[in-house]
Amino acid sequence: MDFSYSEEQQMLQDSISKFVAQDYDFDTRKKIIQTPEGFSTENWKLFADLGWLMVPFGEADGGLGGSATDLMVVMEELGKGIVVEPYLACVVMAGGLVAELGSEQQKQEILGPVMAGERQLAFAFAEAQGRYNLADVGVRAQQQGDDWIVDGHKAVVLNGEAAEQLVVSVRTAGDRTDAAGISLLVIDAGAPGVTRKGYQTVDGQRAAEVTFDRVTVPAGAVLGPVDQALPAIEKVIDRATLAVCAEAVGAMEVTYKKTVEYTKTRKQFGVPLAKFQALQHRMAEMFMEYELARSMLLMAAMQLDASDGLAPKAVSAAKNRIGKAARLIGQEAVQLHGGIGVTEELDIGHYFKRLTTIQFIFGSGDYHLQRYQQ
Amino acid sequence: MNIDLSPAELDFQAQVRQFLEEKLPSHYSDRVLKGLYLKKEEYIDWQKTLYQQGWAATNWPVEHGGTGWTPTQKYIWANECAEAGAPDVIPFGMKMVAPVIYTYGNDEQKERFLPDILASNVWWCQGYSEPNAGSDLASLKTTAVRDGDDYLVNGTKTWTTLGHYGDWIFCLVRTGRPEEKNQEAISFLLIDMTTPGITVSPIITLDGHREVNEVHFDNVRVPVANRVGEEGGGWTYAKVLLTHERTGIARVANSKRSLRQLKKLAAETGDGGATLMENPSFAQKITEVEFDLMALEYTELRTLAAVSTGKAPGPESSILKIKGTEVAQAIDELYVEMAGYYSLPFVKEQFEPDFAGEPVGPGMAADSAPHYFNNRKASIYGGSNEIQKNIICKAVLGL
Repeated sequence: MDFSYSEEQQMLQDSISKFVAQDYDFDTRKKIIQTPEGFSTENWKLFADLGWLMVPFGEADGGLGGSATDLMVVMEELGKGIVVEPYLACVVMAGGLVAELGSEQQKQEILGPVMAGERQLAFAFAEAQGRYNLADVGVRAQQQGDDWIVDGHKAVVLNGEAAEQLVVSVRTAGDRTDAAGISLLVIDAGAPGVTRKGYQTVDGQRAAEVTFDRVTVPAGAVLGPVDQALPAIEKVIDRATLAVCAEAVGAMEVTYKKTVEYTKTRKQFGVPLAKFQALQHRMAEMFMEYELARSMLLMAAMQLDASDGLAPKAVSAAKNRIGKAARLIGQEAVQLHGGIGVTEELDIGHYFKRLTTIQFIFGSGDYHLQRYQQ
Repeated sequence: MNIDLSPAELDFQAQVRQFLEEKLPSHYSDRVLKGLYLKKEEYIDWQKTLYQQGWAATNWPVEHGGTGWTPTQKYIWANECAEAGAPDVIPFGMKMVAPVIYTYGNDEQKERFLPDILASNVWWCQGYSEPNAGSDLASLKTTAVRDGDDYLVNGTKTWTTLGHYGDWIFCLVRTGRPEEKNQEAISFLLIDMTTPGITVSPIITLDGHREVNEVHFDNVRVPVANRVGEEGGGWTYAKVLLTHERTGIARVANSKRSLRQLKKLAAETGDGGATLMENPSFAQKITEVEFDLMALEYTELRTLAAVSTGKAPGPESSILKIKGTEVAQAIDELYVEMAGYYSLPFVKEQFEPDFAGEPVGPGMAADSAPHYFNNRKASIYGGSNEIQKNIICKAVLGL
């Protein structure tokens, strides 16, 4: 049993931490969000140059190893700056699926450019009626000769607007909620019949509604076995869940520390807020929730790397418990800041927003509690 | 980072299991697993068994007879003992006074006291709290006034757990002026409980049990040689001890066992045609406690890992105390809820070590409410949970 980082992990953490501290202050982030792309292509190139985009991929695919712990290190640091560049959607989710199921040729054609920072991907899986059920896939792909014809609508596709290729979960057999009969297709975002309606999300990132209207996809675009993609989707979403848990833990650390510092400087009734025990104990709770959340994160990362079958349960336990901590820390941070906490001008509210959305992507606390119980 | 046990650690685990299987009497573990007390002689007997094995002092340095185990070994030990239903080692000698003696005592004190603690020849108890000094421990009023080579000790200590079994008591006393609330006026004394002038009177807790006592000191003569460390240094020594105490106070292994047992019993408990475990509201409460317990367990492991790299358990150990007791109390409450009507009967005889009859109600029901009532103490003792939050605010957050 060992909780220490390897030398490589330590270096990775240091380099991302330095980037966030020096090049990603609140005003810079604000400007980035206001650009049409919603993220900085310059930063993305930098991430590639520094090798960060290679972290979640195995060495055989040209990556740096791809352990869950490595991924955790990256996401925790990015979370500290609530970084909006689409690491999660492009690299972890869509990239993760290509690594998981792609043929050698597909991996070469897609992952090479992704790791070089030259291609954006997104994973289109959610549908309005399915909530968090990954097996609820209504977008249909029907075989026509050597091609697949795709019809339907995918909801809230993270990075769906910037993506040049979409990895899409489609129903190729069975009924809408059957576990079997789900396949993955890699679809060019510019293919005829693909319509994307992009928008900003409440946490300053970007997503899109994507509609497929008789989109023709060649047979070579199928990722992995036809009808049998669900296990890989579940695995990659578990990793993505760990990634947002790590991001939340990073964001929580900054949020509780900023709140503590703020109460030391803000004076009311002639004394700093920090002197009031009614507030002190609430900050002690925030600190404890952060530490407990971080423990859950380490537990889940280690379980994913141990791959002994406990991973999905560990991820669900972590998502539920970390979500609870994120809610408490986010809400308390705003409350303790007072009025300024509900304005756009202070960073604390933006941490609160991201801590809120993380609670509801890849399954709410209730969803994960029930999944754990099964 | 990795979670696996090394081959050497797996060997150690097997060795511990074998030891417990061979040496732990089933009439002890049966009672422990039902949450019942053992007799004094039985606790001592079990600790002597550990002593013979060389496993009595898991928290001491090797030079004084400690096991020298790594944090992972201690974790394995705690888990296996809890699983098997091994009685708790009574902490007052082994875990509380001994670290103060081997850290701050002189050579003569180490030679005189440590071997008997290690071999469980002497039963120690704790004299910290007083009727008017609870959370504000430093306001304690028991005085020790110098009289030649002795101190004359006067005052009352309270909440002395198992004080009626005690041979010796370690006390915080005021050696400075009585009106001073100065922490530097406090000294650490070791007192033989057979000394004239000491009387022990029972306090009955909400479970109807005599677990704690008041200890009265009326002109009790204590040799100056029984003072550990400097006169006026007692507060510092006591604080160090409390930090160590707080890491063990999370009782993670016990809560794990208790929760597992709760789930098993809930799956056997009828609830409107199904089982209680199939009741979504009850199941949700269980799972939420389970998540809290996981978070607690990994927080404790992180603390142990930090300690193994040479860091002293810091004020973060306050988290373990707060969350450990919250989790344990949440589990206690679920046992009461599970017992339903059978949480009501209070048949005192069946808690006695010699009780041989059939208890009223299904498994664990009889003790559920008494145990729940009694264990409300957990968030109060060892520095109340509110005091722990003050410590976090001051020492961690700099508030």
